[in-house]
Amino acid sequence: MGLFILRRLGVMLLTALCLTFVVFFLTNLYPNLEKLAKTQGNFRMSDEQVESYLGSRGYLQPLPRKYAEWLGLAPGFLSQDTEGNAVGRCIRPGVAPEKTPTRCGILQGDWGFSTVFKEPVSAIIATRLGLTAKLMLWVMLLMVPSALIIGVLAGMREGSRTDRTLSTLSIATTATPEYVSGVIFIALLASSRYGVSPMLAEAGLIEGKTLFKGTATSAMESANFQNFFLPVLTISLYGMGYIARMTRASMAEVMTAQYIRTARLKGVSFRNIVMKHALRNALIAPFTVIMLQIPWLLNGVVIVETLFNYKGFGWTLVQAAGNNDIELLLGVSVVSVFVVLITQLFSDIGYVFLNPRIRIS
Amino acid sequence: MEPLTWFGAYAGGFGGLLAIALTIAVICGLCAMLLSLTSSSTKGSFSLFNGIAVVVLLIVGFSYVYATVTGGAGGGMDSGSLLKILGLLLGFALFAAMLGYFMNTFFDDPAATMGYVFTLALKAIGLLIAAWLVWTLLFAGAGFRDYVAGLDPDAMPDADTLAAEKRTAIMQGRGIIASIFMRFMPVWISIAVLFTLSALYKRKLGLYGKLYDNIIGMIGFGLVMFWVFTAFYSGFFDMIATHGALDQASGMKNKLPGTPLRGAEAAEYPYYLLGGDNLARDVFSRMVMGSGIVIMIAPLATLFAFMVGITLGLPAGYFSGPALRSLKSYGAIATAVVFGLAALATLITSGFMNFLLFAVVLAIMLLLLFRTSLDTALSFLANLILAFPVILLFYLLVTPEIVETGLPQYMAVVLFAFPLIFVGVLLHSRLRTQPAKNKLWLTVWLVPMFLIYMSTINTADSKIDFWPLDFFDIPGGILVVFVSVVFVNSPTVFRIVRGLALDINSRDYVAAAQTRGEGPWYIMLWEILPNARGPLIVDFCLRIGYTTILLGTLGFFGLGLPPESPDWGSTINDGRKLLMIYAHPALPPAFALLSLVLGLNLLADGLREESLKD
Repeated sequence: MGLFILRRLGVMLLTALCLTFVVFFLTNLYPNLEKLAKTQGNFRMSDEQVESYLGSRGYLQPLPRKYAEWLGLAPGFLSQDTEGNAVGRCIRPGVAPEKTPTRCGILQGDWGFSTVFKEPVSAIIATRLGLTAKLMLWVMLLMVPSALIIGVLAGMREGSRTDRTLSTLSIATTATPEYVSGVIFIALLASSRYGVSPMLAEAGLIEGKTLFKGTATSAMESANFQNFFLPVLTISLYGMGYIARMTRASMAEVMTAQYIRTARLKGVSFRNIVMKHALRNALIAPFTVIMLQIPWLLNGVVIVETLFNYKGFGWTLVQAAGNNDIELLLGVSVVSVFVVLITQLFSDIGYVFLNPRIRIS
Repeated sequence: MEPLTWFGAYAGGFGGLLAIALTIAVICGLCAMLLSLTSSSTKGSFSLFNGIAVVVLLIVGFSYVYATVTGGAGGGMDSGSLLKILGLLLGFALFAAMLGYFMNTFFDDPAATMGYVFTLALKAIGLLIAAWLVWTLLFAGAGFRDYVAGLDPDAMPDADTLAAEKRTAIMQGRGIIASIFMRFMPVWISIAVLFTLSALYKRKLGLYGKLYDNIIGMIGFGLVMFWVFTAFYSGFFDMIATHGALDQASGMKNKLPGTPLRGAEAAEYPYYLLGGDNLARDVFSRMVMGSGIVIMIAPLATLFAFMVGITLGLPAGYFSGPALRSLKSYGAIATAVVFGLAALATLITSGFMNFLLFAVVLAIMLLLLFRTSLDTALSFLANLILAFPVILLFYLLVTPEIVETGLPQYMAVVLFAFPLIFVGVLLHSRLRTQPAKNKLWLTVWLVPMFLIYMSTINTADSKIDFWPLDFFDIPGGILVVFVSVVFVNSPTVFRIVRGLALDINSRDYVAAAQTRGEGPWYIMLWEILPNARGPLIVDFCLRIGYTTILLGTLGFFGLGLPPESPDWGSTINDGRKLLMIYAHPALPPAFALLSLVLGLNLLADGLREESLKD
């Protein structure tokens, strides 16, 4: 087991290295650097100015060298701009040039400096990730129980009307991407001119103009039902159908097992069969699915945070990518890659614990 | 001119009946569902599930209480209305419980009874809607007859005025929904013909024919064909859309559905059926035109992803042991050539330092290939791509800056080569023993494919511009979107195919083919692949839906296609900025995308069910 985890960690590290190199390569292509220079300097720079701007900041060094600097293997680039001020990778505002370390990279614990937000990348990622974690927590709390209930109800009597209705329902939710359901929800529930809000307001059932808020910006500080429910619901719906279908399949399989038939023949009540005999075994497979669903949720998070203007991790990703903020983008991709790989690892390990028939050798 | 109403002139009577039928359907449906949870078991267990329903309702009620008491919701509910809601909830729970008890006492199978009433109500709803539609379409002109009857016979207006008057009167009588129905008439006729013919000959049509035994699959197929026909008629015959995708009309900015066009000429359609967007373009026409882009790209991109996934996944699942055995094997030579070309390309495009690094990496990879199996190497690559968040990948691949570097084109060179390789190997492995026939077939297939391939990757004034026989240029945006969607999809297909190949590998017929002395590629493509077709067809349908979602995602972030393009993702993105004030521009494309993806999912579900039956 220990060896297995070690090997997986090794693969994880290799994957992260490869991926960050790919991101590094793509963000360091010349047109991207040109865009960076123009957004940082000014938009009317001539080609020579762009070149000198990039050259003086070390962006025009060979790619492997720059990558090594980012990793912290090579000393950070250092030079002087036209006014004689020291510029370079490791220079930070507020830190005297003499105190600047020679190496500043991932290995030194320095994630770099965001060119868009003018803040250290690690600080940005920490706060944004915290906000997204809050969102994800509520998504999980809503999505997992409802998906399991739907799946179990559908799977315990395969082919019944309930099964057909709930299965079609879960297909419908998997067919509704976040940007569609989010738009529909906002139009129906959060618009003061359309949907149910004008009716409710007219009937005096709600005090404000709308039932829910169409933006979740205020949820960053204080989340409540009104401003946070729609984003949470939007993300959960898309993932819910898939988990429910997996639960249904696994429940349906368990319900045909021999021991269930035995229990039935012995006269155990249907409720006890479902609750005591079938449920535990039926929930092994959905566990893996739920873990593997987390990386997918990350996608939904990006869309929903953009749609509802909730400034979390996904929103940061869009900002960083849209402005070619190289170091922030690298930080974001490292984090998301680790999220993907760690959930995979957890799902494998958890599966072994839940299902004693599986052995990892 | 008056704006159109949604349901036209004859909604009143039908509306009342419809509301009654709908209420019956909802109540019976809910009861049937609650009851079916418990039927066939002992009667006592009903209380459990009723209990769950009550608890759920109470939780919802409680969250409202909480939101109000803490005041967190800001503008939550006052206590009076809260009580009303709670009372309603409790009343409903009580009603359901009593009804259940009542039904359990008086009927043998209450769930079935309720279900029967439910289906009856559903049928009534369907009939009512159909009757309303027919009635509206038949008598839409009544307003015009009244108008003519009321005219002074001595001062008849000229024919043009009369014609215009007649048209408006008919439209007024129809309303928005019936008018939209009429615009889609070619699609309805095509679907009716297709379904009738297919249902008549379904026993001769294999898996496709079996679809007509499955109601879910049929609904899904109908939804898909609706959009396919819409794309076909609007793309080739310019039929369904009422205006151009980019036409702007004065005074139509953000106008509500059914607004008449100001000063419309006789040849113009006089209304914006689903309103105007923020640039005064017709929302309905843009939705219809948008279907063309999706229907064109999504299936084709999925097909390409399948070619890539199959070509790489089959050998990964089939071969075990080290990927390369000796330096002289074909595989080793081919790999070395490909790596050499890649290194050369790096040397030319990005300098010596990068070349050096790349060469070292390639050398290590080549050495590794002698140690590890092909499966490990390819799976690592696939996992690498899958570990990327899709949106980050899109942002890295689809920006104008990256397009400028020509990277998508280079990717197209690699990805579009896979269909060539696939067809080539497919034919060669089968006809290897008949050289004459082999040569003929390979020429017939590969030469046209090669020409298409070269015209596709070769685009004037770009990084790849040397091939003289360039028949067509794909618009830049579409190529980039296409390539990135194929790139994102192929690792998943690879994993599925690899899994299937691993599974089928151990079957007897594979062993038989090996004993006969068939080559590995023959076994993979002509023994394993046909036997994996069931799951692959189902996944193909699902994946087209997923590709549609991906295309929408790209549009939603404004990536790839030009901003004025009418595809659904871009239109949703356009509409969401004013969503809370003007919802009508964003909703039609959203529902269109939803219905197409839902159709594909239902179709896949039906196919899966039918293919499992035999």
